[in-house]
Amino acid sequence: MKLHEYQAKELLKKYEVAVPKNAGIATTPEAVRAAVESLGGRGVIKAQVHSGGRGKAGGIKVANSLEEATQIAANMLGMLLKTHQVPEGLTVEQVLIEEPITIVQEYYLSVVPDRNSQRNVFILSAKGGMDIEAVAEEDPEAIVHLSIDPLIGINDFELREAIVSAKLDPAFANKIVVFMKSLYRCYLESDSILAEINPMAITSDGRVLAADAKFQIDDSALFRHKEFEAAAQESFEDPFEAEAHRQDIAYVRLGGDVGLMCNGAGLTMSTIDEVKRAGGNPANFLDVGGGAQAERVSKCLALILSDPNVKGVLINIFGGITWCDEVAKGVIAGTETLDVKVPIVVRLAGTRAQEGAALLASTNLIPATTMQEAAAKIVSLVG
Amino acid sequence: MSILIDENTRVVVQGITGRDGGFHTGQMLEYGTKIVAGVTPGRGGQTTQGVPVYNSVKEAVAATGANTSCIFVPAKLNAADAIVEAIYAGIKLVVCITENVPNMDMIRVNAIVDAHPGTRLIGPNCPGLISPGKCKVGIIPGSIFMPGSVGLVSRSGTLTYEIADELTRAGFGQTSAVGIGGDPMIGTTFKDVLPLFEADPDTQVIVMVGEIGGSDEEEGAAVIRASITKPVVGFIGGRTAPPGKRMGHAGAIISGKTGTPQGKVAALEAAGVPVADTPHDVAALVQAAFAKLRGAH
Repeated sequence: MKLHEYQAKELLKKYEVAVPKNAGIATTPEAVRAAVESLGGRGVIKAQVHSGGRGKAGGIKVANSLEEATQIAANMLGMLLKTHQVPEGLTVEQVLIEEPITIVQEYYLSVVPDRNSQRNVFILSAKGGMDIEAVAEEDPEAIVHLSIDPLIGINDFELREAIVSAKLDPAFANKIVVFMKSLYRCYLESDSILAEINPMAITSDGRVLAADAKFQIDDSALFRHKEFEAAAQESFEDPFEAEAHRQDIAYVRLGGDVGLMCNGAGLTMSTIDEVKRAGGNPANFLDVGGGAQAERVSKCLALILSDPNVKGVLINIFGGITWCDEVAKGVIAGTETLDVKVPIVVRLAGTRAQEGAALLASTNLIPATTMQEAAAKIVSLVG
Repeated sequence: MSILIDENTRVVVQGITGRDGGFHTGQMLEYGTKIVAGVTPGRGGQTTQGVPVYNSVKEAVAATGANTSCIFVPAKLNAADAIVEAIYAGIKLVVCITENVPNMDMIRVNAIVDAHPGTRLIGPNCPGLISPGKCKVGIIPGSIFMPGSVGLVSRSGTLTYEIADELTRAGFGQTSAVGIGGDPMIGTTFKDVLPLFEADPDTQVIVMVGEIGGSDEEEGAAVIRASITKPVVGFIGGRTAPPGKRMGHAGAIISGKTGTPQGKVAALEAAGVPVADTPHDVAALVQAAFAKLRGAH
């Protein structure tokens, strides 16, 4: 789950990681004007959308007067912000208003889990304020990695060494060590899988600040973080993904017209590949989960069909702990209660596939025996 | 022969009285797996499905000589702690079926595993493993497997079933099939399992089923180049997945230039591994690998 910048900064404050002073978020030009006034008449207005590259796209503006603040807010609120990361654009619904700061140095700092070493690592660079992937490509030596032994934790001297290796200003080394330690504690205790401070700014008045903050919380750990419940609900920009999350269904919207229901992530991914290979365009990833009962299958079908783009549905189940007849019952129950106007192709294999097929025999559902056949059928029906 | 589990495997099921633990205990017993103990704290002294229940793994090991653990303890009831409990009790093979174990917990667990040489963790969020005709540990449906000489290792559950079913129908049985799980932080990876199949005299052809995300497939490919002499057939799921989207498995995500299917296919092909375009094509490539082996002899 991604946090917005303002949510990440609230979290950082709890761990005494310094952030620029802010006047909170606002959703109307009047509120933005009042916020800028509370900061003394000047402020930075920052679009709160889940994407990097907001500045270049016009999502970060400085207001030098209250009139300017109103004007900027009126333009920014409601705009479709198209960044290089999200070219299709994200609608700006809220903005954060911060004190203007004068940055003399911009550094890059993040903590992430590293799959290869199976540890958390700090990534540090003197080249801040730009996309770290671009730095990695142009100047990989400018990036320093420091992996943390989870059983030992942080040693200050290792942080100092990393700061030296990354060629950060040594005059700020001690302040940066404190900053890094607080950030690490925040990352650990919030069960984050990304804590990125880009830039970590050295200001003209000698402060080390998180000028921007990008956090991602581990979805698997949300059960022990009630404080993120509200943020989790609003973290989905896509309304279908938000609804799926509410119903605890593993669903990703892909934008095509062939709705999919499969079991298991690997089989679902492979079914998407198969539909594409057959010339179709999948509408979604949906893993019905292991051992799904009829009721859950019906719910999943309803979710898929709620997407108005869907012109046909492919159900591909390989029953292990999932029973094919249970799936068939769920699909039949779903088609009886929903007003289904699109073709549904069903491929059932594995546990109790024959029983499932027998249930489908007297319905309008279109059977298929293999994945390829099923994909070809639905693609030809959707046209 | 087989790898990791066989007829001598003595299993303790952690979370045996839960819904999933209970159901799959029944399935494993039916398959012939020797389940010698179950653990549910507070239920010690009871018996379920003929299996004695203990309060701790330590007690279960002392009483029964269990050497392998199968964990169904839910994430919210601290599955990570159950893994550590098994390691401390001297269990050599810990198989964690539980999904959604927090990332931070697994980082700590993996450091503990590393500090205990001789202990192997499989999973979490995996279907377990099977040595057809001998033993299965986890939730893999036994009926689609048969004894034979293909070694199968996979990051995905149902995709493994799909491929195993095709192999079995085509007449290619298996020595063992290992589901390593789709999370970013897992115990055993491709690079660990491949050498086990290389060392197993009965395994003649290896099938490696990967998916997008991370670089385990690339690391596996490096091991194949360096030390695997047996033919390997590959498959990569998620060939058309969009970047930046988590495809069900926590680990199945293309981030920037890491984890792309192109990179994985290229690494495997560079290691001499033919990569099937669809799960269906795996059996044909396996057949070709066997034909080549016979031709060489």
